[in-house]
Amino acid sequence: MLELKDICFSRDGKKILDHINLKLSTEKFYVITGPNGSGKSTLAKIIMGIEKPDKGSIFLNGEDITEKPIDERAKLGIGFAFQQPVQFKGITVYDLLKLSTNKDLTKQEACNILSKVGLCAMEYVDREVNKSLSGGELKRIEIATVMARKPYLAIFDEPEAGIDLWSFQNLTEVFKEIAKTSLGTTLVISHQERILNIADEIILLNQGTIQKIGPKEEVFDHIFMPKKCCKEVATCE
Amino acid sequence: MNKEEKELLEEVVGEDPTKADSYNIRKNGQGIKRKINPNINIVSKENNSGIDIYVKEDTLFGTINIPVIITESGLTDIVYNDFRIGKNANVIIVAGCGISNNGHKDARHDGIHRFYLEENAKVKYIERHCGLGVGDGKKVLNPVTEIYMKKGSYMVMDTTQIKGVDDTIRTTKADLEEDSTLVITEKILTSNDQQAKTEFEVNLKGENASTHVTSRSVATDNSYQEFISNITGNTKCYAHVECDAIIKGNGKVKAVPEIYAKNIDANLIHEAAIGKIAGEQLMKLMSLGLSEKQAEDVIINGFLK
Repeated sequence: MLELKDICFSRDGKKILDHINLKLSTEKFYVITGPNGSGKSTLAKIIMGIEKPDKGSIFLNGEDITEKPIDERAKLGIGFAFQQPVQFKGITVYDLLKLSTNKDLTKQEACNILSKVGLCAMEYVDREVNKSLSGGELKRIEIATVMARKPYLAIFDEPEAGIDLWSFQNLTEVFKEIAKTSLGTTLVISHQERILNIADEIILLNQGTIQKIGPKEEVFDHIFMPKKCCKEVATCE
Repeated sequence: MNKEEKELLEEVVGEDPTKADSYNIRKNGQGIKRKINPNINIVSKENNSGIDIYVKEDTLFGTINIPVIITESGLTDIVYNDFRIGKNANVIIVAGCGISNNGHKDARHDGIHRFYLEENAKVKYIERHCGLGVGDGKKVLNPVTEIYMKKGSYMVMDTTQIKGVDDTIRTTKADLEEDSTLVITEKILTSNDQQAKTEFEVNLKGENASTHVTSRSVATDNSYQEFISNITGNTKCYAHVECDAIIKGNGKVKAVPEIYAKNIDANLIHEAAIGKIAGEQLMKLMSLGLSEKQAEDVIINGFLK
């Protein structure tokens, strides 16, 4: 279980996260959503150790990991898919998957991992993780590097960002599969209704605070207020 | 040859150099072993100042190893090797120099290699340079490569200098005629107080001639590197020069690109990027469980692969 206690984070005099308290249970699929600038990505980065909170503590299965660096958190079972997949010169998809699994992976095993994110594997394993790949391909590879680790807590920061709608529709299937098969906790930052629909619980962030947390049926009312407003206007007319 | 010398040779060639169809091994300024075949002839120049290599036309899949090793501190070895590659021939040439300097005096090798490619000849030229030894005498390498390419010829040149060379000035000059292509990839790693300067001058003389020059360099500690490229397009031609460098510690890299289009149809591109290892690259690898040092090594090894 992951527990955040009283997390605060400010930059340039602006409160990004304001006294966040949150508990995430094992085997649940969570989606964090909220308007731009609500602190979603910052919260995810604080869990991975990419950003340090100004105040508060983070516990993973009862262990205080607040001061632990990124690599130690990774070894404890936290995985993180970056919103902008990182590119490398000279490092192939196969190299990256070997590093992810931390073992001498065979090409066949690497292909199996890639197949899970919908990539026709043999075409990709020996390609460099660089700008020659499309945004959608890089995104899938990024997701594959996290899935390959079988993390206890997998964080995906806006998987839909920077890819076209067609690619995203296919990605939704990948997340459905993760929701079905993952034995750990999954935390996805997303604005997309298709992803929100998969969630066991939705966390709605607004202006650095948790506005609502619960099953989608309960949170959807808060998220889709504008639609209701429109209907009311229509009725009045 | 003793064990150390054999290891040095293998470091340069990548395997036992005597496995090739033809070879010429030079040690401390003297040719010590040679093999030729009906298609590939190697002839010594006067005063043992180098060799002429003749590849007959239509020779296919030939391999030629011409490594040099220096184990004598204080020695300066200057060698002129000329490669004459016949029409339609297709060969792989592996050259380079390994210096093991355990003494106090400088050891230096200047290899001047001239390539003459006849029409439609194809050459893959691999050059590796390295320095070993615990002495405080410098290991100095100053390779000069001149390439003359006739119509339709094709050459790939991969050069690597990844450890132990204190001072180097690398000079590459090429003249390309019609429909010829030259692809150069250079990788250099400098550390401590080492210095490396590399200069390319490519003259695209014939129509549809093209070149692609890629330089990947890593300068660590207090080392210094300088990359100069000078590409001239005289006619309808294409050139792409890419200089990428990573700097670490007090490492310094200077890139001086020059492209000169003398014809409306000359298409010349230069890209240069110098910087430290990107923070997000480190973070990504650390998020896979690597320490910061391991992540740096993976990034640099990949970059120079």
